[in-house]
Amino acid sequence: MSAAATGATAQRVLWQVRRDRRTAALILAVPVLLLVLMRYVFDGEPQAFQKIGAPLCGLFPFILMFLVTSITMLRERTTGTLERLMTMPLSKLDLLGGYGIAFGLLAALQATLVCATGFIALGLHAPHGAWLVGVLAVGNAVLGMALGLLVSAFAETEFQAVQFMPAIVFPQMLLCGLFVARDSMAPVLYDISWALPLTYAYDALARATSPAPLGAALVADVAVVVGATLACLAGGALTLRRATA
Amino acid sequence: MAEPAIEVSDLGVTRGERQVVTGLSLSVARGSVTGLLGPSGCGKSTLMRSIVGVQARVTGTVRVLGRAAGDAELRPRIGYVTQAPSVYVDLSVSENLRYFARLLSAPGERIGELIETVGLRGLEQHLVGALSGGERARVSLATAMLNSPELLILDEPTVGLDPVLREELWRTFRELADDGTTLLISSHVMDEAAECDALLLMRNGTLLAQTTPQELRELTGEHDLGRAFLAIIRGRAA
Repeated sequence: MSAAATGATAQRVLWQVRRDRRTAALILAVPVLLLVLMRYVFDGEPQAFQKIGAPLCGLFPFILMFLVTSITMLRERTTGTLERLMTMPLSKLDLLGGYGIAFGLLAALQATLVCATGFIALGLHAPHGAWLVGVLAVGNAVLGMALGLLVSAFAETEFQAVQFMPAIVFPQMLLCGLFVARDSMAPVLYDISWALPLTYAYDALARATSPAPLGAALVADVAVVVGATLACLAGGALTLRRATA
Repeated sequence: MAEPAIEVSDLGVTRGERQVVTGLSLSVARGSVTGLLGPSGCGKSTLMRSIVGVQARVTGTVRVLGRAAGDAELRPRIGYVTQAPSVYVDLSVSENLRYFARLLSAPGERIGELIETVGLRGLEQHLVGALSGGERARVSLATAMLNSPELLILDEPTVGLDPVLREELWRTFRELADDGTTLLISSHVMDEAAECDALLLMRNGTLLAQTTPQELRELTGEHDLGRAFLAIIRGRAA
């Protein structure tokens, strides 16, 4: 693994984002606008806005990075640039690391904007500090990136890659406990929810945005999210083949 | 004599259920320009991919610069240009070259030299996606030459190019070979065969002949290399 190759890749991904200003604007503006929209949808129910909106600030980057990474990596696969990179002195970790740094920075920027909007302008509470939500958000972004990288191997077109969003992200959003407490779901769904990484990502955010002391449960949540991220990255690295048929 | 740059023996490649390359053996001398000729679909690209080490399901042996094809140590020593230009369409010409130069630890001044070589001066700041097919192919070609590799594998590098530029590129290939670089260049245009030191003629996944332009003409009594190739195919069939 080389720092130069990792850095060069991170910079290249950021160049691509900068060239595509409309996508960059969407990445930064859409979550902020959605949060403002939610604030007024829940106009008469401020407790519900706090319960859903506050953790959501840390989940937006997960959704975004899943989408952006799956499409960017799919493009690398279909345009032949991945094959070219695989013939060059670049390790898979350099490529994954470069993506991680570039999208991690973008996620940090997005999380800062969303958290500033939510916790300053819209009056959401973060009893343990908005910074904690921001840090969790960047971790979730890296999880989204790892998952997007993995699923990009199973899509042949960008259209298919976009379909993974409702197929893989939406069920996790429904089952993670954000909208309905998990223990009031049908028992089979409750059982399934234990196996989904977003459940732990949400649980950490719910603890970070409620006044109860944080405790060991937060550490356990973070450990599961980190473990799931590493597992997805390892799976994604396996799909980056040097030799193909 | 020095060890050949490429030595292939009894290469076989299957793709899906189909055997796309069968029993292929050849060698490519160091510092030569070798033309790989044959109709579209005859296995030229598959052979090139096997040499670079990106082809899966390969049997037989492929030795490149004294090592097994695909060896990690070979990666900085080989430049490979695929038939479809593999560069970032959402970056400019110069951003593409700067990125790959950093990956290949190539000196920055190579970028300017190569932009000149492939005739892209004035287009440095243009997005690759806004260029013509031939221009994109030249960005892809320049990328492979950034770190001055010992072996260049070029899959149809001159398709769709202006004849003047095509001639200039062939002159560049010749100069590189004179400086010791080995070039394996595929083409389906027989008039490019005359520019090569050695020729590999392929058809239906097999090697018809390993020869030189001179030898091919003498063997078949045809001055035109296209007709000579045809004579070889007919001779085989007879």
